[in-house]
Amino acid sequence: MIIRVVTSNKVYNLRPSPSFVESESKSPFTIMAAIKVHGSPFSTATARVLATLYEKEVEFEFVPVDMRAGDHKNESFLSFNPFGQVPGFEHGDLKLFESRAITKYVANEYAEKGTELVFGDSKKKAIIGVWMEVEAHQFDPVATKLTWELAAKPAFSMGATDKAVVEENEAKLAKLLDVYECRLAESKYLGCESFTLVDLHHLPGIHYLMGTEIKKLFDSRPHVSAWIADITSRPAWSKVLAMQKQK
Amino acid sequence: MATPVKVYGPAMSTAVSRVLACLLEKNVDFQLVPVNLSKGEQKKPDFRKIQPFSQVPAFEDEGICLFESRAICRYICEKYTDKGNKGLYGTNPVARASIDQWLEAEGQSFNPPSSVLVFQLAFAPRMKIKQDQVVIKQNEEKLSKVLGIYEKRLGETRFLAGDEFSLADLSHLPNTQYLVTTSGRGELFTSRKNVGRWWNEISSRDSWKKVVDMQNKGA
Repeated sequence: MIIRVVTSNKVYNLRPSPSFVESESKSPFTIMAAIKVHGSPFSTATARVLATLYEKEVEFEFVPVDMRAGDHKNESFLSFNPFGQVPGFEHGDLKLFESRAITKYVANEYAEKGTELVFGDSKKKAIIGVWMEVEAHQFDPVATKLTWELAAKPAFSMGATDKAVVEENEAKLAKLLDVYECRLAESKYLGCESFTLVDLHHLPGIHYLMGTEIKKLFDSRPHVSAWIADITSRPAWSKVLAMQKQK
Repeated sequence: MATPVKVYGPAMSTAVSRVLACLLEKNVDFQLVPVNLSKGEQKKPDFRKIQPFSQVPAFEDEGICLFESRAICRYICEKYTDKGNKGLYGTNPVARASIDQWLEAEGQSFNPPSSVLVFQLAFAPRMKIKQDQVVIKQNEEKLSKVLGIYEKRLGETRFLAGDEFSLADLSHLPNTQYLVTTSGRGELFTSRKNVGRWWNEISSRDSWKKVVDMQNKGA
């Protein structure tokens, strides 16, 4: 038996808790608000959200969006993200876009479940927040351009690699990784001594770059290299990669 | 008496002014420490200790050193929850998620083309750097698309994240100020009914007027 309850901002699917008979719980129902992710496991932004949900051990439904067919630009998808970009995210009645807003929401909403990805201590949280912005504004734009030129263009026959763009962005990435190398010499992970959203947000971009000539920039920096080996071997990340292999 | 909160950088920097606007909204006292960018003070070793990317702003509060303007703003809102504008970063998780969503949209979709235009149209002339008309045209087109999306959104809600002014709107103030007043491209905003209404409303807030005043005085 499932009872559907609709409130002003959530839809709940309620079913009797199996332990009700034995427990003295006042509520006989386990509340489940459905989580859905609309996107493609190959999209770095979608992968960021999937990795977070796996880290938090939260159940979700994945709704594939056919980007080659342009489904992310059609009317029904625009209701999830008016910018026509994946992923779109639903939690009951709540709709969200922008992967880094979604991951924060999931990490906070399910703070008690799975891997701890956000911290209450205000100093720690502030410093983690700094490095999240570094990923968003310094790492991601450069990683995206390099992945486009070195991996996507050849894979999808979308024109010749622009060597000038590669050279310019490789130089920017090298400078950035020098800062990361210093940071990771004093802190085990970028945000603090534990794995957090900061490190997770880098995973999709790093994954693609490690399959290109850019790998040498990571390998030549010992702390960066050790950090990458660590974060890419997390079981949650392997589950995202497994989704890519399914296609 | 010295205040514990310090912001390093000139008020005319868009990223610095983002932080100043937030501090003023939250009624948090601060000291603005000048950094002379034209003399390269941001590249000196002492400054790089608090900002390893040689960018402004840098920020200090009770021994915590931070950088990246949006991270600083979030910190200010979380630390000083009960001061000034209490709803600036939302008062519940759903409101905060919506603000984070539009703050990310600002950072990822609005900021890149608008920053390029601010540089090309407002700063390049005063730095005697030649403008690149191709780059200007490309970024005007990108910004136009983004503002088309904003126009629709602001027809549904009073502000970007909902019906209250939030950090998401605040984050747009610095670049838009230059584009509307200095660049000669103000009609990108003012020709759109909802975007124009929104700009008038957010830019006439006391906190933003104080920031513009600081910029005009060369702080």
